[in-house]
Amino acid sequence: MFSIARILTLGLQFLTLTAFFSTASGHAKSFEDSMAERTRACTACHGDQGRAGPDGYYPRLAGKPAGYLYNQLQNFAQGRRHYGLMTRLVDPLSDAYLREIATYFSELKLPYPAATQSATRMPPAVLKRGQVLALQGDASRRVPACTQCHGERLTGLQPHVPGLLGLPLDYLNAQLGAWQTHQRQALAPDCMAQMVERLNSSDLIAVATWLSTQSLPQDTSPTVTLPARGAVALPVCGSAPELKTAP
Amino acid sequence: MNRPRIGWWFAGIGLMAGAALVMAQFIDGVDVGATATAQATPSPETLDKGRYLIQAGNCMACHTARGGVPMSGGRAIETPFGSVYSSNLTPDPATGIGLWNAQHFWRAMHHGRSRDGRLLVPAFPYNHTTLITREDSDAMFAWLIHQPAVVTSTPAHTLQWPVGTQAALAVWRTLYFKPGIFKPDAGRDAEWNRGAYLVQGLGHCAACHGPRNALGASGAVDDLSGGWLSGVNWTAPSLIDNAQTGLVDTPLQDIQTLLQTGKSGHHHTSGPMGEVVRYSTQFLKPADLQAMAVYLKSKARKTQNNSEPTTPLATRSVLPDVQTRGAALYDKHCAQCHGEEGLGVADAYPALAGHRAVLQIDTTNLVQTVLYGGYPPATAGNPKPYGMPPYILTLDDKDIAALLTHLRTQWGNHAPEVTPLEVNRIRASQGG
Repeated sequence: MFSIARILTLGLQFLTLTAFFSTASGHAKSFEDSMAERTRACTACHGDQGRAGPDGYYPRLAGKPAGYLYNQLQNFAQGRRHYGLMTRLVDPLSDAYLREIATYFSELKLPYPAATQSATRMPPAVLKRGQVLALQGDASRRVPACTQCHGERLTGLQPHVPGLLGLPLDYLNAQLGAWQTHQRQALAPDCMAQMVERLNSSDLIAVATWLSTQSLPQDTSPTVTLPARGAVALPVCGSAPELKTAP
Repeated sequence: MNRPRIGWWFAGIGLMAGAALVMAQFIDGVDVGATATAQATPSPETLDKGRYLIQAGNCMACHTARGGVPMSGGRAIETPFGSVYSSNLTPDPATGIGLWNAQHFWRAMHHGRSRDGRLLVPAFPYNHTTLITREDSDAMFAWLIHQPAVVTSTPAHTLQWPVGTQAALAVWRTLYFKPGIFKPDAGRDAEWNRGAYLVQGLGHCAACHGPRNALGASGAVDDLSGGWLSGVNWTAPSLIDNAQTGLVDTPLQDIQTLLQTGKSGHHHTSGPMGEVVRYSTQFLKPADLQAMAVYLKSKARKTQNNSEPTTPLATRSVLPDVQTRGAALYDKHCAQCHGEEGLGVADAYPALAGHRAVLQIDTTNLVQTVLYGGYPPATAGNPKPYGMPPYILTLDDKDIAALLTHLRTQWGNHAPEVTPLEVNRIRASQGG
């Protein structure tokens, strides 16, 4: 049996629910005052939480070093990288906000998918050459190993050097090709442009191919300390001052 | 009997008078002999004022190339006649204004002529800057000349012949340019006049918000009846017609807020106006923004024959499969943020129900928004805006037309259908 208070409570609950649904139906679903909400324009292409787009062209953002992501946003805004849709998105935004967006994505820890390419489908000679370049470099061409700057695990170096694993082959090839044709640039001195200049196209394809067949290590986080100095001196990078402090 | 001969006489006199008028373009009566050394060190207040006025004029937006040093020029301004490259306003003697004095600068602002007397291309809106006071011009020059010098190599204009020639400019100016100083309206108060001075002068609002003729000439400096930005393909809505920008009904404070923060309630600035807010109006003093709002509001009118259709355009004219397609696309791509009933989220996602930008007859800006998405400007008053993704790669012309038709015919909205051709016109004109 119901007391009057109980009936009133039920009635109030009913009214509250009705009010809730009538408000909710016309408004946006699940709006929240958060960076995830503010970066919907990014994740529409770069995938939920910046886990990478489905077509291989939009790279992963999650977990990349914040300085690297910020530099890329600046590169689009200042014309060192060229993609009209990105440029139009970043143009109205302040440096402080771009840094906050970069930091937001850098702090998202998501598991990586398996290697994007199967090694068994690639020519062994290409893979071998790619592995040598990535892990040892080519002293005759004054090219250090990728690991010298991108971290021993190739998962990047804090705060400005990106990891190279978990990226689709098409994306890696497109970026190295863009450096060759000066379509992609970084802050001067543009060390990556110098490295690409010292390698020929088949070397670039080899290293991209090998990288795309590698699975990520257990620890996917960017390295904090530089690897020991290798046979080739590291270039000076305008985009990554931390490389100057190499031992 | 002598009719033909008299006709020739008149034609000859007319030609000579015309030629004299054109030649007069090269005479301005400004003595630019004062040397640069005569310039006294300006007070901090003067420098501050100069910087503020440079911002009020949004000079930086045009006089800075992408990735370049502010005010060092080199940005391409697209015109129907070719590209004009903005000049270097830093004090480098060879490539900037290092050899200029305040007289030269005043002559540029007031008469549209360079240091050597050349007639300047009217992409520089000197029909507006001519209105500013000598004191303001001097303060702007003082600030500019005390910035670090930058050496640049600005490309030459690529205007089609004869548009950029001195002779053509002289003719053009005879037809469309008259130097003048802002004359306050004695019948209005100081606030209104301050607003008029800023809007008509440095603000050069009518350069976009006013019509241009086939020779690229703007109308009057206070003609705010709307314009089309041919270079970037955006429409600057009429600030007079209440159906377009609603200034009659908008409280003064909301106009001021929009100019200061880039957004006000469910309205925000985007495209070229977003750039104006980002580089100019967000830095203006509240009193100046209010003065501009007072002036703009006084210009706005409710007209009978406005662009808001009075008789509802029923959805009957829209084909059923377009309706179905539009509704499905809205549900998939838009409802998440703008809500199933088009109510949006205040301060984040605009309501689409009853939104003026959705209902405009001219769909240019609407199509731009869906194709390219974007963020409102990040400002002190709205430092972390919410954004919209681009749909240019996701939706084709028919999709976007159906989607926009859906927006324009739902939730009490009654605006004409959008055709795939209207979408394609914008998509095809942009580089990406």
